[in-house]
Amino acid sequence: MSAPDSHHATHRTIEAVWRIERARVIAGLTRLTRDVGLAEDLAQEALLAALETWPRSGVPDNPAAWLTATAKRRAIDLFRRNALAQRKHQVLARDLEALEQTPPDLESHLDNTIGDDLLRLVFIACHPILPTESRTALTLRLLGGLTTSEIARAFLTPEPTIAQRIVRAKRTLADKQIPFEVPRGPQLAARLASVLEVIYLIFNEGYSATAGDDLMRPTLCQDALRLGRILAELTPAEPEVHGLVALMEIQASRTRARVTPSGEPVLLFDQNRAHWDQLLIHRGLAAIERAHRIGSTPGPYLLQAQIAACHARARTPSETDWPRIVLLYTQLAQLSPSPVIELNRAVAVSMAHGPQAGLALVDALAPALARYHLLPSVRADLLYKLGRHSEARAEFQRAAALTQNTRERALLLARAASCATDPTS
Amino acid sequence: MRFMVIIKSTPKAEKEGPGSDPQHLREMGKFNEQLIQAGIVLAMDGLHPSAKGARVKFSGKNRTVIDGPFTEAKELIAGFWLWQVNSLHEAIEWVKRCPMPRAAESEIEIRQVFEMEDFAPVLSEDQIQHKVEKRAVLPNQTACK
Repeated sequence: MSAPDSHHATHRTIEAVWRIERARVIAGLTRLTRDVGLAEDLAQEALLAALETWPRSGVPDNPAAWLTATAKRRAIDLFRRNALAQRKHQVLARDLEALEQTPPDLESHLDNTIGDDLLRLVFIACHPILPTESRTALTLRLLGGLTTSEIARAFLTPEPTIAQRIVRAKRTLADKQIPFEVPRGPQLAARLASVLEVIYLIFNEGYSATAGDDLMRPTLCQDALRLGRILAELTPAEPEVHGLVALMEIQASRTRARVTPSGEPVLLFDQNRAHWDQLLIHRGLAAIERAHRIGSTPGPYLLQAQIAACHARARTPSETDWPRIVLLYTQLAQLSPSPVIELNRAVAVSMAHGPQAGLALVDALAPALARYHLLPSVRADLLYKLGRHSEARAEFQRAAALTQNTRERALLLARAASCATDPTS
Repeated sequence: MRFMVIIKSTPKAEKEGPGSDPQHLREMGKFNEQLIQAGIVLAMDGLHPSAKGARVKFSGKNRTVIDGPFTEAKELIAGFWLWQVNSLHEAIEWVKRCPMPRAAESEIEIRQVFEMEDFAPVLSEDQIQHKVEKRAVLPNQTACK
């Protein structure tokens, strides 16, 4: 291998090591410095040091330990320099020095706390004090290992905006002195809900892009799935975490089937079920089982996962267990009342008991969902099935005007056009 | 990206069986835990020795069944993982962390799995058109993702 080639190979190795270690290095440093922003800066400096040193010295045997040790040394230097200004840092510098001299068996004990640190990092990145868009950006950055420009591309947002959000989020966490901890007791449920919300938001941004020309951004789905799977191992006793993982696994199993090669969306009933990823379905069903074994009343993610599982189990659309889906939506609506859930329930009711029954429910939702494109879309479909084609056409057109996604709009307009052959008009 | 990571075996290791080295088994268990905690494992399994397997050779119209064990050391497989990672290099870095195998000389092979986008468009334009037409008479499923 020539020199530039080996240099390039080392860089790729560093990149890979960094992706594997980044979150754990930052988590460990946050515990030591009590400042997630500073921890990330120190980790970044360690990365730069690796990029400088490793191409010359070779990649160390334990690159993760090297990165952490380097970052810790920088933290000590920094705290020493600031020691005169702030007594707190003096104490921290002493703690860190003591840690530097930690005997090996204690180091392995520290290994076991890495999981705890990682979980603390998840909770601090998803802290409810931060606006939702900052939580998603910070989570992708700190835990997903995405760069600012990758996050910007994924969310079709200018890079400076994302950078701003991350800087501001870190400042807020520092200013409000948000503790680096796993919440306990009654706090835990609310904080965990915020974490799950962030992960599912990331997944959905990839799964059904809310804006832009592509219907899906699959890498974002994979990032969310990976975060979910990591969280499931960190909090194995939380049924809703497994519920969310199950929901994402089953939805992701349809990735290949829900968009045509030319990028058009394919609705669930038109999808070639042979293209559903059976491995992901199996993983999803296993995650549901895991949640059930823990017990307790199913939460909203587990209920949604069970609904998705009803579809996943049906080999053909006609085998779908619609009465069970109606039941699950009814439970879901009681748990978290929302007109969107009611709309989904209405669709299930129409499948179980006919379009007329569904339409009555949909009509009742019209005021609450006036700006939501799926309402006229569902309504149009039911009207079409009832033979009221010209009304259906108008509703498809209304839905097309309301959606932000260009691909979806094209599909809705095509359906509107197909209503033109109304025998009664 | 998905990678199949194939752990090779040797005739000697096959004969001894996985239980012959409890220390190695423990280390592998710990490594598997790390992989799962990192969220990259989609599937994994270990394989019985080739003595319990068979091969079917195809030649023209003939099929010949060859019972195990197989002796070509390079073709013996002890187990596999299916990983979802971001790059071949990430897979390589993980494999480097795998505990040393029991055989003095061994190998782990990393192979990328074909994804849908690696194939030419699966549906012809006609098929797509057919679907669009069919959609008009099928129930709307937009709301039930």
